[in-house]
Amino acid sequence: MSDIHPGDDHIFEGRPLGAPHQVTRQTSVYVYEAPVRIWHWINAACIMVLCVTGWLIGSPPPSMQIAEAYDQFVFGYIRFAHFAAAMILTVGFFGRIYWALIGNHHAKQLFYVPIFSRRFWGELLFELRWYFFLEKEPKKYVGHNPLAQLAMFLFMTVGLTFMIVTGFALYAEGAGKDSMFYAVFGWVQDLVQNTQRLHTLHHIGMWWIVIFMIIHIYVAIREDIMSRQSMVSTMISGHRTFKDDRPD
Amino acid sequence: MSQIETFYDVMRRQGITRRSFMKYCSLTAAALGLGPAFVPKIAHAMETKPRTPVIWVHGLECTCCSESFIRSAHPLAKDVVLSMISLDYDDTLMAAAGHAAEAAFKDTIQKYKGQYILAVEGNPPLNEDGMYCITGGKPFVEKLRHAARDAKAIISWGACASYGCVQAAAPNPTRATPVHKVILDKPIIKVPGCPPIAEVMTGVITYMLTFDRMPELDRQGRPKMFYSQRIHDKCYRRPHFDAGQFVEHWDDENAKKGYCLYKMGCKGPTTYNACSTVRWNEGVSFPIQSGHGCIGCSEDGFWDQGSFYDRLTNIKAFGVEANADKLGGIAAGAVGGAVAVHAAISALKRAQKKTQDKVEA
Repeated sequence: MSDIHPGDDHIFEGRPLGAPHQVTRQTSVYVYEAPVRIWHWINAACIMVLCVTGWLIGSPPPSMQIAEAYDQFVFGYIRFAHFAAAMILTVGFFGRIYWALIGNHHAKQLFYVPIFSRRFWGELLFELRWYFFLEKEPKKYVGHNPLAQLAMFLFMTVGLTFMIVTGFALYAEGAGKDSMFYAVFGWVQDLVQNTQRLHTLHHIGMWWIVIFMIIHIYVAIREDIMSRQSMVSTMISGHRTFKDDRPD
Repeated sequence: MSQIETFYDVMRRQGITRRSFMKYCSLTAAALGLGPAFVPKIAHAMETKPRTPVIWVHGLECTCCSESFIRSAHPLAKDVVLSMISLDYDDTLMAAAGHAAEAAFKDTIQKYKGQYILAVEGNPPLNEDGMYCITGGKPFVEKLRHAARDAKAIISWGACASYGCVQAAAPNPTRATPVHKVILDKPIIKVPGCPPIAEVMTGVITYMLTFDRMPELDRQGRPKMFYSQRIHDKCYRRPHFDAGQFVEHWDDENAKKGYCLYKMGCKGPTTYNACSTVRWNEGVSFPIQSGHGCIGCSEDGFWDQGSFYDRLTNIKAFGVEANADKLGGIAAGAVGGAVAVHAAISALKRAQKKTQDKVEA
């Protein structure tokens, strides 16, 4: 649990004792390594493309008479963009899992929830109270706070896995029953029996991700302003800075 | 079994020339996706093998499978088709009725134990001990179990036997149950569709007679040669789909031009069947060619996938019907609203804190 508590992170070590007139001292910690940040932004771009094209696949744009059908590939390009972004997202997701294994301990936070930790649940409650305006001041965290960690796990780790699995199962339909995609994801088709259900589930999954986007962007900006640490710039530079020197 | 005529004998007796017979063999080979080398094999099997006895039973169904079956064009229509198999019992098509029919049923089972193919059209309802479907004075489920016990293999004809079809649609009051969930110990081939294509039905039977084994099945138990691709994959309107040219209303110009029916709720993209290749009524047409979207009748639970005319399935939740977009839109809107309110309160709190800090300072 040391990763979510700045007090344990030796970030206040070496504070000069006799410097009372020092102006606010910005301590910074390198939290998100380059692969994590690059993945974050590629992933964000892919999700944007996937949401827009996915929505259009469900509700196609008005018919266009640009050329004869053999010379026009509008819907084909929309689907191509969807599939291409999905492939990039999937490779990125695997790359992210790989980085969780070899990166620093903050890179692992996305993939687990410490459900057996009393402190996790306690601080989760605290964080909820902060969001319900019941706490005056939030705690400081180098990585994700408990609420963020839980949300990341449910929306990203679970959500993206669901979208990748259902997405490739749908892709297997077009790729055909002798394809690698069917060999790997055909079982999902068996599970739902009628693949129309798979379309619906995949579509609901999109809204799950959209809801995440709304909350994620709002909270990142809000915390950037109201919390005691940097948020938005951290995902660009990788450094977490703190606005005060008080521990916890 | 020697007392049973071969297929060829029966065909000749019915006045079919050898030339027509060979034509039939090559057409069948083509329909099954086999090379020309298999034509003599089929002919040989037809000339030497005794016909396979078939018991054809009817549960909860509408007989559209039988109607389709007797309209098969390649293999040649009813006389050949009905001669290929030794249809020893079929309560719809047989001349006998009542006790005579029931006697034929018992005789066939006894005579060809472990030899006959059981073709099931329709399904058994299991509620009230199967009382919702009585044939020969007994619940159909008993008859099915009895006939299945000594069968070599079972063919589930149509959506009813394969998946349950309309009588199994939610809430399925009679608990109509597909055959493979009642008979667990026999090889079962599903030939879904409402009805299945005639040539697909006869093609499956011909394959089983010729090679004396089941055709290769997919994960759901359907013959791969007819059900491995979607309607969408071989649809002649596919170029319009890729172009983004859709029928927007049933009476618009695009409908007249034969654009893609995707927006009109065509289920071609999720339906595995051979309609867009084999087509219907001697290859005359199929639903999409006639200007109507596919309703997905050969898919599991096709009655429960919302309207036939919606692209996005309606989800029944909390007593209202809404598709994924409406549901997701409402959820996202609610979250967005909550975020806005939360942001407003946050701003107020912050302003309040700033004033307090100032006062304290």
